[in-house]
Amino acid sequence: MVAVGSKCRVCKEPAIIDLPRHNAHFCAEHFLELCRRQVVKAIEKFEMLTKDDRILVAVSGGKDSLAVWDLLIDLGYQADGLYIGLGIGEYSDTSAEFARAFAAQRDLHLIEVSLRDQYGYDVPTASKATKRVPCSACGISKRHLFDKAALDGGYTVLVTGHNLDDEAAVLFGNTLRWDVEYLARQLPVLPSRHGFPKKVKPLVRLTEREMAAWCIVRGIDYLVDECPMAVGNKHLAYKEALNAIEQQSPGSKAAFYLNFLENMAPLLVGRSAAATDSLQSCSSCGAPTTGDLCAFCRVVAKASAHEPVPVELVLGKGRGRR
Amino acid sequence: MKVLLRNPRRELTIDGKRSVNSLLAELQLARESHLVIRNGTLVPGDAELTVDDVVEIRPVISGGA
Ligand code: SF4
Ligand SMILES: [Zn+2]
Ligand SMILES: [Zn+2]
Repeated sequence: MVAVGSKCRVCKEPAIIDLPRHNAHFCAEHFLELCRRQVVKAIEKFEMLTKDDRILVAVSGGKDSLAVWDLLIDLGYQADGLYIGLGIGEYSDTSAEFARAFAAQRDLHLIEVSLRDQYGYDVPTASKATKRVPCSACGISKRHLFDKAALDGGYTVLVTGHNLDDEAAVLFGNTLRWDVEYLARQLPVLPSRHGFPKKVKPLVRLTEREMAAWCIVRGIDYLVDECPMAVGNKHLAYKEALNAIEQQSPGSKAAFYLNFLENMAPLLVGRSAAATDSLQSCSSCGAPTTGDLCAFCRVVAKASAHEPVPVELVLGKGRGRR
Repeated sequence: MKVLLRNPRRELTIDGKRSVNSLLAELQLARESHLVIRNGTLVPGDAELTVDDVVEIRPVISGGA
């Protein structure tokens, strides 16, 4: 047993977690309370959701998406889940099981889409066939299918589990390149536009470590293992760099991202091409696009005509933009 | 104590007791990227781990875009 363990800041009971950025320790109950408060704060500040919204949560079977789904239900929102089978070997098989078990145990509705069964390809094959890094082919597929499922199902908002670490890492990358176009788009709420649902990120005030802890405390089983395609990508390198700074100076990550939203993002309004680009309908699927065929339909055309490529063949090719 | 590590999954046996923070430091694992679970329960950095404990060190960083 703990001889002189630290105590919860709120109730002085034994702590289960230390949060250096809050310079405090918390017991299970008050840690959960803190997470709920941070989510409520994000939802209110950025006008993300109302109790009347029909919410669709993009669910991967990992900690963040299951945590955000759990948090929204816990806070009294109505939310269904959407799982996309990406066909990334064993990783996809296992992640689907976690997503299904979570939904079944809580009597929640999970919609499933399979790239292989419904569109004739999977992420490794798309990567090879389109000569894109796996995360790029995967991202195009996921974004399109999230949008489609949200619109087809009559959902008013699409929720993703992006957390503070994800957003800070993307911001770090965009800043290293001074990519004004991407910086201008990096907001926790994207309003609905013609053909795109409203998209929100309620976890932007919570770190990955906090989200993993939420799952452990709430007894949520999630897939701990990494997607094999992520190995060596820049996104991970940025996260490690930011965590090295965070260790020296707790609170840096939150300040970097949240102060960007507060101080910098307002100066960038109107600098995103997405705001001005004129969109037309994809000639094949009707989705909004700047060209004739949308990016998704181009991926489908190439990838579904290609013979299936096993995961192992595209491993270590994850050094893309993110 | 028995220590389970993930990604890749492996198991270590470590002699003697020590705090969670010193165990992480010894294994060169960043505190911000890991959680430590002792006998099924989350424990903070200053918790003392003893020889009989079963400990999981769980990485919390995911690389997906
Ligand atoms: S790591 Fe890349 S390939 Fe794997 S699920 Fe995430 S975006 Fe898709
Ligand atoms: Zn407490
Ligand atoms: Zn299309």
